[in-house]
Amino acid sequence: MIAATGVSKHYGDFAALRDVSIDIEAGSLTALLGPSGSGKSTLLRVIAGLETPDAGTVVIEGRDVTNVPPQRRDIGFVFQHYAAFKHMTVRDNVGFGLKVRKRPKAEIDAKVDELLTIVGLAGYQKRYPSQLSGGQRQRMALARALAVEPKVLLLDEPFGALDANVRAELRAWLRRLHEEVHVTTVLVTHDQEEAMELADRIVVLNAGEIEQAGAPRDLYDRPANEFVMGFLGPVARLGDGLVRPHDLVLQPDPDGTSIEAQVARIVHLGFEVRVELELAGDGALAAQLTRHELEQLEIAEGDIVYVRPAGGRFERATPEPAPAPVEQPAA
Amino acid sequence: MTTASPVGRLSVRVLALGYLALLLLVPIGVVLYRTFEPGLGEVWDSITTPAAVSAFWLTIELAAIAVPLNTIFGIVAALVLVRSRVRGKWLLQAFIDLPFAISPVVIGLALFLLYGRQGWLGPTLTDAGIQIIFSVPGMVLATIFVCLPFVVREVAPVLREIGDEQEQAAATLGASRWQTFRRITLPAIRWGVAYGVVLSTARAIGEFGAVSVVSGKISGETVTLPLLVENRYSNFDLSGAYAASALLAVIALATLLAMTLLQRKGDPR
Repeated sequence: MIAATGVSKHYGDFAALRDVSIDIEAGSLTALLGPSGSGKSTLLRVIAGLETPDAGTVVIEGRDVTNVPPQRRDIGFVFQHYAAFKHMTVRDNVGFGLKVRKRPKAEIDAKVDELLTIVGLAGYQKRYPSQLSGGQRQRMALARALAVEPKVLLLDEPFGALDANVRAELRAWLRRLHEEVHVTTVLVTHDQEEAMELADRIVVLNAGEIEQAGAPRDLYDRPANEFVMGFLGPVARLGDGLVRPHDLVLQPDPDGTSIEAQVARIVHLGFEVRVELELAGDGALAAQLTRHELEQLEIAEGDIVYVRPAGGRFERATPEPAPAPVEQPAA
Repeated sequence: MTTASPVGRLSVRVLALGYLALLLLVPIGVVLYRTFEPGLGEVWDSITTPAAVSAFWLTIELAAIAVPLNTIFGIVAALVLVRSRVRGKWLLQAFIDLPFAISPVVIGLALFLLYGRQGWLGPTLTDAGIQIIFSVPGMVLATIFVCLPFVVREVAPVLREIGDEQEQAAATLGASRWQTFRRITLPAIRWGVAYGVVLSTARAIGEFGAVSVVSGKISGETVTLPLLVENRYSNFDLSGAYAASALLAVIALATLLAMTLLQRKGDPR
């Protein structure tokens, strides 16, 4: 388990972290999610010992490591741009941590072979990083970090530099790996989908502070504020509140809570359909329906419909008037 | 520069090569031609006189002391300049570039004023039985001074380019600072180091101005090959001067060759 308590970090006048405290459960996969500049990477680097906090403490598995250098924190760290040792073969890269610990060569070789099989790079031992694809390099970096059997695995935007399809593949792979290896893992990402898919627990950061922490489902369904709601998925503004596009109900007739709107455009996205609406008062929003729902409604562009939020969500989504402008749906 | 017409491109090449030939190749060619004009036997005799042999070994000695010291200093200074967060790094940078900015003769003079008999430290050192000026230690100091910037200048940009992520990765894997330097940083900067060593060596064996001021030119004791060339030239021993020059050129070529071979061997790919 990892506990960071009261961590602050400034770069000149810029406050990267302001009095941040989190507890990360042993064996869990936690995502630090936030926009760039939110402090998520800084927090990860503080846990790793690669940054020294101005204030606060870091405890890993019951040991206060605040003043312990990264070498002696028993961590594995994976960088966004792989940080592969370019002049070493895959074998030497993965075996590096064991070699500097002066383990016998036979033991290192066996461990390297085992890990390369786990990460799907068996047979690549003699290659150089320059002969690997981005995805392969990152899997090599993961094997390298796991070779020293760290107490915690820290991943700094590990898939950020990869193509979308490789990223999706590696995500699924990392999830399976975590189920096998079960090492406490902290993942930094700005991609809410990645966080939702991978993590048991998501910590949303913004401007150096934690906005909310919890299970992905809880954060999505019960966001603490408009920032979290906006960051975890697409939102539409209806009246004074925010609502998810798929939580909008379109109906042919008005009722007590509905608002009149005109259908501006219908976009078919396969199973889902996006209906873009011009509101009678002012403004526009997009509702997300299934194809089936649209067929039942029998609406066309130019028609007048009545829109309301699906049962109850409307009120819950607006706990308080938000001070900050709402983020656009994150990519 | 892009030139549209083939004629234009050709004339640019001719100009560049002609410039090179006129300023570099022709003079070197003349030296070599004049060296071997009297015949190989004469050349051999000229470079095996006691004075020439002594000058040869002294030149090698100066380079053998100055280059390793400057290499170690250069790597450390480059690490400080690029990796550390200390204030006033610009000052260190400026000091390292000083030998480039100051004329070598002035450097020699400065050493003379500091360590000479009437200098600030001279009397104390003389009392202690140490002689710096007009002896080898002074020449070593002068050589170190003029070669100082080369390794730093070559290594610092390479360090900047490779970044520190690999070093951080090594640290998280448990490598100590020394292990990280030995196994990660040094292999990554070895080309810069090698080039800096070649440049330092060339400068060390060829240095004239600074060494000349502090040497005292005692034949067979404090005369290096460049000083021998000048000495023979001013004594109208032209063929002797040419032969010593050719010997200098051979040392330079041997250094280049040795570095190239070392790099080949050290390169895994």
